[in-house]
Amino acid sequence: MTKGNKVGKILKQYSMVIILVVIAVLFQVMTGGLMFTNTNLTNIILQNSYVVILVCGMLPVILTGNVDLSVGSVLAFIGAIAAILQVKFKWGFLPTTIVSLAVGIAIGAWNGFWISVYDIPPFIVTLSGELAFRGLTQVVLDGASIGPFQDSFRAIASSYIADLFGADPFVLTMILAVIACAVFVFVQIKDRANKIKNEIPVKPIAGTIALCVVICAVILWLSIEMASYRGYPTVLLIMLVLCVLYSFICKKTIFGRSLYAVGGNRKAAALSGIKDRKTMFLAYTNNGLMASVAALVYAARLNAATPKAGVNFELDAIAACYVGGASVSGGAGSIALALIGCFVIAILNNGMSMMGISADWQQTVKGIVILASVALDLVPKRKRK
Amino acid sequence: MSDYILEAKGITKEFPGVKALDDVTFKVKKGEIKGLVGENGAGKSTLMNVLSGVWPAGSYSGNFYVEGKECKFKTIRDSEVEGIAIIHQELALIPLLSIAENIFLGHIQGKNNIMDWNLTYKNAIPYMRRVGLADEDPGTPVNQIGVGKQQLVEIAKALSKNCKILILDEPTAALNEQESKNLLDLLKSLQADGITCIIISHKLNEICYVCNSITVLRDGKTVADFEDAKTVTEDELIKNMVGRELTNRYPKKTNVPQDEVYFEIKDWCVHHPEFPDKLVIDHANIKLRKGEVVGLAGLMGAGRTELCMSVFGKSYGCHITGEVFKEGKKIDCSTPSKAIDNGIAYLSEDRKQYGLILTNTISMNISLANLKRLAKNGVLDLDREVRETGESAKQFGVKCSSIFQNVGDLSGGNMQKVVVSKWMYNAPDVLMLDEPTRGIDVGAKYDIYCIINEMAAAGKAVLVVSSELPELLGLCDRLYIVNEGKINGEMDVKDATQENVMKLLI
Repeated sequence: MTKGNKVGKILKQYSMVIILVVIAVLFQVMTGGLMFTNTNLTNIILQNSYVVILVCGMLPVILTGNVDLSVGSVLAFIGAIAAILQVKFKWGFLPTTIVSLAVGIAIGAWNGFWISVYDIPPFIVTLSGELAFRGLTQVVLDGASIGPFQDSFRAIASSYIADLFGADPFVLTMILAVIACAVFVFVQIKDRANKIKNEIPVKPIAGTIALCVVICAVILWLSIEMASYRGYPTVLLIMLVLCVLYSFICKKTIFGRSLYAVGGNRKAAALSGIKDRKTMFLAYTNNGLMASVAALVYAARLNAATPKAGVNFELDAIAACYVGGASVSGGAGSIALALIGCFVIAILNNGMSMMGISADWQQTVKGIVILASVALDLVPKRKRK
Repeated sequence: MSDYILEAKGITKEFPGVKALDDVTFKVKKGEIKGLVGENGAGKSTLMNVLSGVWPAGSYSGNFYVEGKECKFKTIRDSEVEGIAIIHQELALIPLLSIAENIFLGHIQGKNNIMDWNLTYKNAIPYMRRVGLADEDPGTPVNQIGVGKQQLVEIAKALSKNCKILILDEPTAALNEQESKNLLDLLKSLQADGITCIIISHKLNEICYVCNSITVLRDGKTVADFEDAKTVTEDELIKNMVGRELTNRYPKKTNVPQDEVYFEIKDWCVHHPEFPDKLVIDHANIKLRKGEVVGLAGLMGAGRTELCMSVFGKSYGCHITGEVFKEGKKIDCSTPSKAIDNGIAYLSEDRKQYGLILTNTISMNISLANLKRLAKNGVLDLDREVRETGESAKQFGVKCSSIFQNVGDLSGGNMQKVVVSKWMYNAPDVLMLDEPTRGIDVGAKYDIYCIINEMAAAGKAVLVVSSELPELLGLCDRLYIVNEGKINGEMDVKDATQENVMKLLI
């Protein structure tokens, strides 16, 4: 293989990461260095936490080759239920959370039931859900906003880890950052050692070292920035746990493998003993659960439930997955890449707001960038044929 | 050189890392039927793709001439203008459109791009008569007619474009013997009308039956040109294709079937999934012994695949009744995963649609039917997966750069080996192999036969479905003959000849 060829291959493999970096640097310059300040960085995370959580539910669905259009409305409906429980019935944090998550699972199971048992196309089932749950939200809220939430509930979205423990934000954050780096390096080394033990071909060690250095540098840099403000927000922890968990589920479990198999070729998967209906049911049920987690975070951040909450959120989540290279026909994609897709859109939104670009233009640019980034990803791959 | 309608000289086509065609010379006389044979990956399809403009001029080197005129096609349309029509193995018909619409796809009958339905139907009829579809209504959607007739629609489509050279890539791969014969006879009658045909096929008996001359490709090179097909024997062709003498097309059997019945299908009845009144399988009884290879012979549509698929987790049909026994005990095969748990494997006739996940890696495909083996509490041991599937791929001779390659990039024979690896990874007791050698080359076929024999020698019960009678006769210990959903006969392979089996088939 020639050197140019190799560089091209690496460029292709990491095209989304490169796009993310380019956009980030571009906005950093255009906003005169305002993009990566400690407050704005914290803000980007808080603003996009719900999309990241929705992606954890949406990606498994997209892996099966389908979408879920109902999550935005489901998010609004569960936010409304949480608000009613907290404000009208004065329920505490824990019961409210448990009931909200249960309702989310039930709604997901409702979608999954029609999709898996009666083979109704998911697009139609979830389109119906989008309309119906938006309507129900307006019914239970009686067309008005309900708030404010109790302080314990609001803490989901507004608290910082250091505050929860009463520790010094800078010290605690940096300790956590170093632990995160150590865990990352440890996992990489262990993975490599495992592969060598099993006689699986591995990439040159320089690649692993470079990856570790880059990732650790990014973790430390972002952490120093955040530490100089109030440390890690609690939401960041929720996001991280979910992303790691779902990445694990997709990559390393029978359920995850079933998602890829069903999306790649459902008939062949079924004939190989994969329980295709069960897989579909679980994917949608899980998406209901993730919608309810996102609902809690979003409602807590807004400190109110409103009838218009979560409009088009499903499209944000779907766009993040596709920008992150997930296949529309199913069978390909990953949480890590969807996360990158998520942040491409997030930085775009944030950067344009900081530059004072009006909302109408923001939306236009966002639409074009989504197409452009996916085209950049796909067109070079298509050309080979 | 006016007696050559098509003349290709020094065609070389390279793909990254592979020389698919290497200085190929290929000449076709006007009005003849030319056979093009070679193993999978020998370059047959690539050559045809060059001639029909799928690969545009400039992407290959060398020249070719149609009726003495040099051609540099940029698109398939350019080749159609010169009268070249290609019918690919995977038919290019739109399933929900009618026969007539499909015939005139790409050149609408009407004015100013507005379709004239009456004209479409009227103009379709002569072409349909020509290819033997006179009984069909031109308005019938093509998905409602059989594969054999769909093939004829493709030919009608080519004729409607006034083609002079008709290229057919594996035209009979999905057809039964009768349909194949009809098709070949049709080609002969088209020849009488002055149309030149080029046929690519793995079925050498058909090539010898229909062709006037034969060219053999091997590893991208022309290795033999037989001007007169009448003087060539199949063995001679095979020798040229594989470059070595295949003394025996079927490996020697080493298995000794045991006496007692190991696996039994009793009183099996299946109804058609869309027309529940129609009985597709009618009280079928099948017995398999350990170490035995049993053949299921039947014409296409006789119910062979339907029988296997309905036994394997009710994957076909409705209102299924009957019982399945293994070692004398009744077993539950109501879903594929239960069937798999009971040690049954079903290798589908259609590997791309039902057998493989083309967008996944070789490794993932091999482990797919037995993820439980790799999992603890639902969590997969990925390192073990890579190790074991790698060994499995090696054992069954899958040719690949690594097991992380996508299955979709492999050749047909290699794909089939992946499917075989997948089911063998399950360590099943009973194997139902549906057309295990369809569309793969002679060398790969031999490998598959060896694997089947090994399975039997390892004490597994094997049921083989095949459209090719010689294959069943060469491979099996015992045969069942299916006709219209009924088991029409059973015979030991020692007593079976093509003739007496054929009588029961029809």
